[in-house]
Order: sequence, then C-alpha cells, then structure tokens
Amino acid sequence: MAWQWFHRLGSPRWFYEKSNRWLTWLIPLTLVLLATGFIWGLAFAPIDAKQGNSYRIIFIHMPAAVVALAGYYVMAIAGGIGLIWRMKLPLMMMKSAAPVGAVLTALTLITGSLWGHPTWGTFWEWDARNIFMLILLFLYLGIVLLGSVYPSRDAADKACALLALVGTVNVPIIYKSVDWWYSLHQPASIKFTGESSIYSSMLYPLLISVLGYYCLFSLALILYTRHEILVREARTKWVKDLLPLHSKGGRSASL
Amino acid sequence: MHPVRKQRLFIVLAIVALSSLAIGLLVYALSENINLFYPPAKFSANEVPRDVRVRAGGCVEPGSVVRESDSLQVSFWLVDGSGRLKVSYDGILPDLFAEGEAAVVNGAWEHDDVFYADQVLAKHDENYMPPEVAEAMNNGEKHQATCEEAKYGS
Repeated sequence: MAWQWFHRLGSPRWFYEKSNRWLTWLIPLTLVLLATGFIWGLAFAPIDAKQGNSYRIIFIHMPAAVVALAGYYVMAIAGGIGLIWRMKLPLMMMKSAAPVGAVLTALTLITGSLWGHPTWGTFWEWDARNIFMLILLFLYLGIVLLGSVYPSRDAADKACALLALVGTVNVPIIYKSVDWWYSLHQPASIKFTGESSIYSSMLYPLLISVLGYYCLFSLALILYTRHEILVREARTKWVKDLLPLHSKGGRSASL
Repeated sequence: MHPVRKQRLFIVLAIVALSSLAIGLLVYALSENINLFYPPAKFSANEVPRDVRVRAGGCVEPGSVVRESDSLQVSFWLVDGSGRLKVSYDGILPDLFAEGEAAVVNGAWEHDDVFYADQVLAKHDENYMPPEVAEAMNNGEKHQATCEEAKYGS
C-alpha cells in the first residue's frame, strides 16, 4: 500500500515515541542557534549607518514575523489533512500550533512598535502591513478560542480547521502588502531572488536567528502536541501504561 | 486514494480557492483605502481632495528643507518620479527624517497648494549597512539615486 507510510504518520503513539528522540537534539540545537543569533546580532554586528543601534530589533522582530507566517501554513495544512483524512494527529498539531503562532505574532507586533517609535516617529500606524499582521494575530487567537467553545472535540476541530484554511489568504497578503500598497513599512531586505539589501555582516546573524526561531517553533509545536496527545489519548492502553500513576485505570491495566 | 477522501480533498481545495478569491477581490476593491498615503504625483495631477485629512508620502527632495531660525517651522518638498508637493510643518521631526530619505506626512492639502502637516513620519528603506560601508558607497550620491528611483505603487 502506497499510503501506508502516510497513515502511520497520523498515529499519535508513533509520534509520541519518535518525538522523544527528536527532542534530545532539537532542544540543544534551538538554544545554540538562538543564543548565537541573538548574541552575534545584538552585541557584535555593526551598527546601521542610518538607524544606529535601534535597528538591532530586527534580529528579534523579523524572524518572529517570518515564522509566524510559516507557522500559519503549518497549522492550516495540518487542519486540511485532518479534515480530508480524518486523522487524529494533524488535528492535534493544528490545535497546538495556534498558541505558538499567536505568541510569535504578538512578539512581532510588540517589537515592531518599539522599533517604530524611534524610527518612524509613532508606535502604531494603520499601515497595510500592520493591519494584516494584526488580523493574523486575531486569526490565531480566534482558532485558540474557537477550539475551546465547542462541547464536542470533533466539531471544534472541524471549525478550527475551516477557519485556519480560510485564513491562509492573509499570509500572501501580509507578505506582499509592502509592494502592493503605499505603505510606511519598508520592503523586504532579504529576497528569494536577487541580492539582499542587508549587509553580509548583519545578514548572517539574522539568518541564524531565523533558523533558531524555526527550531523554537518546531520545539514548541512538538511539546504542545505531546501534551495534547496525552490529554486526548488518556483512555488508551499505551498512555495508561506510560503514565500508570496518573490514571486509576492504568494501574489495573498494568497488573 | 479513497474516493470519499478524494471528494473531501476537492471540497477543502474549493473552500481555500473560493475564500481566497472572495477575500482577494474584497481587498482589491478596498485597495484605495488600504494605501497609507498619496504619492506626490497624485497631488500634481490634482487627484487628491483639498481641505480634508490625508497622508502624503514621497522622497524629501535634497536641498529643499528650509528651517525657520526662530521657530520649529520647517518646509520641504516631497517628490517622486512625476510629481512635487510642498509641505509645511511646525514641530519636531523624527530622528530618521533626512533629505533624500522617504517621509510620510499627515495633514491637509489646502487651496494654496501647500500641504500643512501636523505629523511627519520617517519611512525607512530596506537597506541596512554599517557606517563604513555607507561612507565607502558615497552616501550623498546614493541618496540622490534613492530619490530618483523612488517610485511607489509598483
């Protein structure tokens, strides 16, 4: 069966056992990348010719924004797979990605506002980029809340997955907002094609920070998903065997 | 693939495509309102309403900033590829405001063709470089070039 590997990916037990091993190298990798990116960027990278030291917030702000956008796709695609194949694990991942993305989006908005005051001359402006980023925060928070209002978990998952899928249109709009409209936010400094307009001694720590944020997102997603697995699969035998002290039924099952 | 799953796949894809289309059209229709500011070309073409609060954005023309000696009053020209706009402002300019840099001003365009701003915001460009590099690249000329290629609304 060609689809067998795919269905195995949907098994919460398989994920729980595998992710245990992933965590042993993902945690140190995340710490090393973030520490390197932050210390290099905040302490050792040269100052900017025009902005001076205030530009350094880019090392915290821009990777958070990038991963908040990428994380939205992770959440929406997980939701879509959950809807189509009715698999448990992707729906758990979708639910787990929402709070992580919300925190990253909030971090982006807060650091952007702190940078905006000295640079633009205002904490907040109703700029296209700012508005759509705020909508992204509301989408993430909406999915977190929507997941908790339904009495039935199945209905909650379906509603969240639909909202996540409909919201995907916001991601390219955020990405292109600075090119499509007259906006206060500067265009992208790092381009997929062509030369980046950020000097290499600033670019390298920035790229390391981006990688660090991706690892941090994966780490948080795995930890949240593991928690969700234990909550949702609490009645299965393997969870009871795993946590015999936490469930009454578990003790009798292991006898 | 199981036919039921295939059907659900198409439904999911249709939801994404149709909602994207709907929201895309909505955003496209609201495009004018999403623009943060009018470029100087629109002022030169007389397409901007007078005496109402609007924002203008463009490049501060090098050599055009005139400061009063006894007050905070300042005036400058905003330019882009095909238009010029005279701006008058009474207040403290943001640190990054400079000739040859982009700026966004908030205020009203009066009948005397002067834009009376009550807020000036500095628009930073996407270039980041250390001071030594900026000097080596001959900053003055580069700013001039930034101004010349300042075309908003691509």
